[in-house]
Amino acid sequence: MSSYKRRLFILATSPTQCRPTSKINKIQHAFWRSVPILLKTLLKLRPSVYDSLDSVKETSTASNMVQWTDFERATIQSVFEKMDYDDVGPAALSRCLVVYPWTQRYFGNFGNLYNAAAIQGNPMVAAHGKTVLHGLDRAVKNMDDIKATYAELSVLHSEKLRVDPDNFRLLADCLTIVVAARMGAAFTADVQGAFQKFLAVVVSSLGKQYH
Amino acid sequence: MSLTAKDKKMVKAFWAKVAGKAEDIGCDALSRTLVVYPQTKTYFSHWKDLSPGSAPVRKHGGTIMGGISLAVASIDDISAGLLALSELHAFKLRVDPANFKILSHNILVVLAILFPNDFNPEAHVAMDKFLAAVGRALSEKYR
Repeated sequence: MSSYKRRLFILATSPTQCRPTSKINKIQHAFWRSVPILLKTLLKLRPSVYDSLDSVKETSTASNMVQWTDFERATIQSVFEKMDYDDVGPAALSRCLVVYPWTQRYFGNFGNLYNAAAIQGNPMVAAHGKTVLHGLDRAVKNMDDIKATYAELSVLHSEKLRVDPDNFRLLADCLTIVVAARMGAAFTADVQGAFQKFLAVVVSSLGKQYH
Repeated sequence: MSLTAKDKKMVKAFWAKVAGKAEDIGCDALSRTLVVYPQTKTYFSHWKDLSPGSAPVRKHGGTIMGGISLAVASIDDISAGLLALSELHAFKLRVDPANFKILSHNILVVLAILFPNDFNPEAHVAMDKFLAAVGRALSEKYR
């Protein structure tokens, strides 16, 4: 690596240390900093293989929206209205941490997660379970544009929390099991279908902003 | 993710509790599979009635649960115990193995509905691992 590029590397990894000194160096520095930005812009502008497909040209954004039947809408509203968020949230999250133990990687600072009893009794897990479920509420209230509703949360989960999006699917499965246990026979096959479709849309939306 | 001694003990204990309702579990799980995952109906075009709880669905649910009971009895060597069933699924039925996961999920949902107190997280993880092992054993002879 040239000495200039070496300095740029150090600058990128520890910004407070190396700074360009002379005027020539400042110009060189600005040039090299702009190269990755230029490359990214050029890559975005390149024609995509999908642009030439007729089907893609003709679809409008409206028809990309998820279609909900009246039964599905009514079912989702009813299931969440009857749900005790403060019971179901902690139950679903603690179940997920027990059934899929690798999900514990995101909760290193939650204290004692050594066994199922500890997880189910852990107050931080319970609090976080409630947070997650109240977050689901936003989708329940905005079923016609869940993707936009969760755009910010998706960025949070990808950029800051760095959660593998497969975990959303695992938590969704645990939530289905917990809701089934609470609702009993009322959780019919049709209700299960609507509930799982809803969660699939939520999971997909949370994964949309990952890149 | 193989079955530990603790898992095997838990599966046997839990199965002893639920075996009495095996046919109901099988019927409900299969019904849910056909409704919630309609692509699975392609395997049953020879049945007159695919609606939840119909006669062919109930009968076949019972058959499937018989296979699961056999797997519980052979829990120390599931592949050996399910050899005949594996050959059946590989050479005759040719069910895509992705569907084993779907049916397993629905069995867990039905267990949660019928046994809300017994199906705690420890039982859930043991049954999930066990059903995954059964799915693997059934896919053994596929290729």
